[in-house]
Amino acid sequence: MTPVEAALFSSLDPPRLAGARCARCGTVTFPAQAGCARCAGTDLATVALPDRGALWTWTVQAFEPKAPYRAPESGFTPYGVGYVDLGDVIVEARLVGDPATFEIGMPMRLTLLPLWPGPDGSAVVSYAFQPAGQPAGQPAGEDGASKDRTGEGG
Amino acid sequence: MNGNRAAVSVIGVGMHPFGRHDPALTGMAMGATASRRALADAGVSWADIGYAVGGSNVSGKPDSLVGVLGLTGVPFVNVRNGCATGGVALATAANAIRAGETDLALVVGFDKHERGAFAASPADYGHGDWYGETGLMVTTQFFAMKDRRYLHAHGLTDRLLARVAAKAFRCGELNPDAWRRKALSEDEIMRARMINPPLTQYMLCSPSEGAAAVVLARGDRAADLCERPVRLAAVAKRTRRFGSFEVFAPWLPPQAGDSASVDAARAALAAAGVSPADVRVAQLQDTDAGAEIYHMAETGLCADGEQQELIDRDETAPDGRLPINTDGGCLANGEPVGASGLRQVIDIVLQLQGRAGARQVPGRPRVGFTHVYGAPGISACTVLTT
Repeated sequence: MTPVEAALFSSLDPPRLAGARCARCGTVTFPAQAGCARCAGTDLATVALPDRGALWTWTVQAFEPKAPYRAPESGFTPYGVGYVDLGDVIVEARLVGDPATFEIGMPMRLTLLPLWPGPDGSAVVSYAFQPAGQPAGQPAGEDGASKDRTGEGG
Repeated sequence: MNGNRAAVSVIGVGMHPFGRHDPALTGMAMGATASRRALADAGVSWADIGYAVGGSNVSGKPDSLVGVLGLTGVPFVNVRNGCATGGVALATAANAIRAGETDLALVVGFDKHERGAFAASPADYGHGDWYGETGLMVTTQFFAMKDRRYLHAHGLTDRLLARVAAKAFRCGELNPDAWRRKALSEDEIMRARMINPPLTQYMLCSPSEGAAAVVLARGDRAADLCERPVRLAAVAKRTRRFGSFEVFAPWLPPQAGDSASVDAARAALAAAGVSPADVRVAQLQDTDAGAEIYHMAETGLCADGEQQELIDRDETAPDGRLPINTDGGCLANGEPVGASGLRQVIDIVLQLQGRAGARQVPGRPRVGFTHVYGAPGISACTVLTT
């Protein structure tokens, strides 16, 4: 397995995403970045992000995007896209699973997404979230999901 | 108002209609047509123009227009600010007038886009290649996801999206310059091809071709040159701040923040000394039907959640209490990115001058407002008054 971008991951097995936390204000970014978007601080340390969260919003990509999108070898099929609230940061992600089951607030967990074969024949992978298989309506605190944005639409 | 700063007015407008045109017709040629029409509408010549600003995203360097309009030596600034290009170009020209560089300026925007959704380069927005390759860098995804979040958070129905689109095509039917001039029922819109749920094909605007131009004059010249000048009472532009939910964002902080649209609208209204309740006709960025809905609230024209009642009662139609996008907006005109913000200004100018024809807002509106929004989180707003 080869990550599509090594900097996205703190580990592949088990899969964990890598973000960066600002030493001054605590802001967490994804992917890791060198400067803080909130306080302009430059002292940021890489952190592993939680692998569970709550679905914040979602859609389905029903048409094949133009390049630089790269379809799998088997051809394009519609895929889910969403934002998942991990508590300290809300990350954009491909979604795996049946869109008919997606709803805002449902628990999600991180998984790997095979993309296409790499030069060595093994799969190039990215990250995705899939329904965590827990009953909907479970308290968000279990997933570390934040409650700050519950009343707003963006 | 603007204290002792020089007043700036719109004294002429010109369009090359938006839509799909002859493949051989270039964006720049449409820009020249719109410019000449705006100059003719103002009753001035290109040689009278002391400052020009042009915007185009993909169709060439606007200052090349001097080669066809005339080599007068005029200073000409190029603007490339995504969907906010028109507003930024207008602000640049107005500031040149206020700074005393000229008393007559031309602002022109044009573009000729390929069919289909825009393709964006991750590097242009500071992202790694993975962001585009894995299929996350698609503008329509963002609009669908922001809509879903907004409708959910404020208890609004998905059908509202179809009502907004149906209103846009009704307005397009009334606008001889519109691209899409056929009214569609809400059911036709709901049942159309799904693009990014909850958005069907008729709830999203398409990239198109076209051009728009306006002539601006310092206040004292405007009164001499134009029977009914429309005052550019304020123009403000902003970039995004921490916490706003914007297009092409791999992450958001948990703390919500105001969008660039909130800031730009607030600044423009304050500079003009008008309140949102004074606005009688508005143009809001409707890249999709949901964008019109949440931009109503972000610009302060209504409260979050109030849209259900306003739209259900057709208050945003030309004969309603708060007419929005009376020329059909982006949904019925498509979006040549460099020209779109100026199209908005032209519609408001025609409304305030009583020249809007079949889509004319009754009751002689005196205060109009325009708002553009674009990637990666920029907005420009104007207040226009008579």
